[in-house]
Amino acid sequence: MEKPEKLIVDGKRLDGRAPDELRQLKIEAGVLERADGSAYVELGANKVLAAVYGPREMHPRHHQQPDMAVLRCRYNMAPFSVDERKRPGPDRRSVEISKVTREALEPVVFLELYPRSVIDVFIEVLQAEAGTRTAGINAAAVALADAGIPMRDMVSSVAVGKVDGTIVLDPAKDEDQWGTTDMPIAMIPRKKLITLLQMDGHFTGEEFKQALDLAFKGCEQIYEAQRRTLMEKYAIKQGE
Amino acid sequence: MDMYGIVSSVKRDYIADLVRQGKRVDTRMLDQFREVSVEVSPIKSAQGSALVKVGKTQVLAGVKLEHAEPFSDRPDSGVLIVNAELLPLASPTFEPGRPDENAIELARVVDRGIRESEAIDLEKLVIKSGEDVWAVFIDIYALDHDGNLIDASALAAIAALLNVKLPEDEAWTLSEFPLQKKPVAVTVAKINGKLMVDPCLDEESVMDARITMATIEDGSICAMQKGGIGHFSREELEQAYELARAKAAELRAKLG
Repeated sequence: MEKPEKLIVDGKRLDGRAPDELRQLKIEAGVLERADGSAYVELGANKVLAAVYGPREMHPRHHQQPDMAVLRCRYNMAPFSVDERKRPGPDRRSVEISKVTREALEPVVFLELYPRSVIDVFIEVLQAEAGTRTAGINAAAVALADAGIPMRDMVSSVAVGKVDGTIVLDPAKDEDQWGTTDMPIAMIPRKKLITLLQMDGHFTGEEFKQALDLAFKGCEQIYEAQRRTLMEKYAIKQGE
Repeated sequence: MDMYGIVSSVKRDYIADLVRQGKRVDTRMLDQFREVSVEVSPIKSAQGSALVKVGKTQVLAGVKLEHAEPFSDRPDSGVLIVNAELLPLASPTFEPGRPDENAIELARVVDRGIRESEAIDLEKLVIKSGEDVWAVFIDIYALDHDGNLIDASALAAIAALLNVKLPEDEAWTLSEFPLQKKPVAVTVAKINGKLMVDPCLDEESVMDARITMATIEDGSICAMQKGGIGHFSREELEQAYELARAKAAELRAKLG
């Protein structure tokens, strides 16, 4: 694919969005029968499943922590999720994403309630279109709540990019590919504490601040959607 | 899995208590790096190399240039590959075997600083479009892990690149190695709500979280990575950026 001449035309992005607009977002909770908790997220063309198992006994035993549970995260992409088939199994990228995902989620989970146990979070990207790690974190946070695991708060995640010199929320694939900067971020929404921050590309100090503003705004919308999903699933309806 | 092993609660409380008073275990100021030294070209079998010491932490970086096939989606670009080894001789908690998540993260953070700043003009490293290009291999060798491997590794990598000997190969036609920027990573740790640069091992082992910011000469950011299970507020991130920018200039001066 050739780089389009412009990625922003008359203030609109190629897919018609304003710079501060998210892609179409759908979140469902409790979509898998066997998992203790699960969630499905669609963000633009991203389709991501997350499942939570546990707290359950930690094997191998020498990985047990005497005073707390271990949170284990695995981010994985299906071989058919991208244009060119991805070789199955972990690569360096997915190992790193698994690590930062765990570090994004761990601050909100009351691990100290389950010594010697493990809580497994499995994230599977079924279809990828830029921003899979943030979609995965959003799904995983809802899945943790769906599993009934005590949490201090949600974790909401979104990416901010820079394309044609403009800071944009939730870059789509073409913007990710041709843009200059990508900054995925995750936060604890009520206290506005950042639990994941990565960035590559180019930001001046001023642009970094702008990008943070936009990320906060985006995470608020994601949080609302996560909350709504859980409220709808667990609300006691009239007549029940 | 764990880079630090088990930490006693006495040590944890001691360090946290010092930080509360604005002090550090090794008597440094919060915005003070340990002694940094850069020795260039210690390894003659590599095209470029550098040994960086940050306090007792030692990292050796070696650069090798080799012929390679370009990636099919980038036929007119050289290849950059960064690999990091947390050698078992560098720490009782490092084990032999394939790179674990810590080694992978380290390599990828160093890689992003160099790649995203376009420090190397990879387009100049094409020998024959689509067929033959130069691959720049940067191998990070952690020799002694006393904290802050990221900053030491990033500095060693750029120091090694700055001192590349041109390959004696007729395919090499450039008069110098096409290095156009000097990205420098600075890691800021958060302990007990306070930010400090260049965490030593004891500090790393009790820190809530860290944020690494790689900046170039004009102070703009080319890569960031948060690590650890804690969190940062917006104000803390802005403060960390100011620290990173100021300290990067100090470290860059060590490159000569």
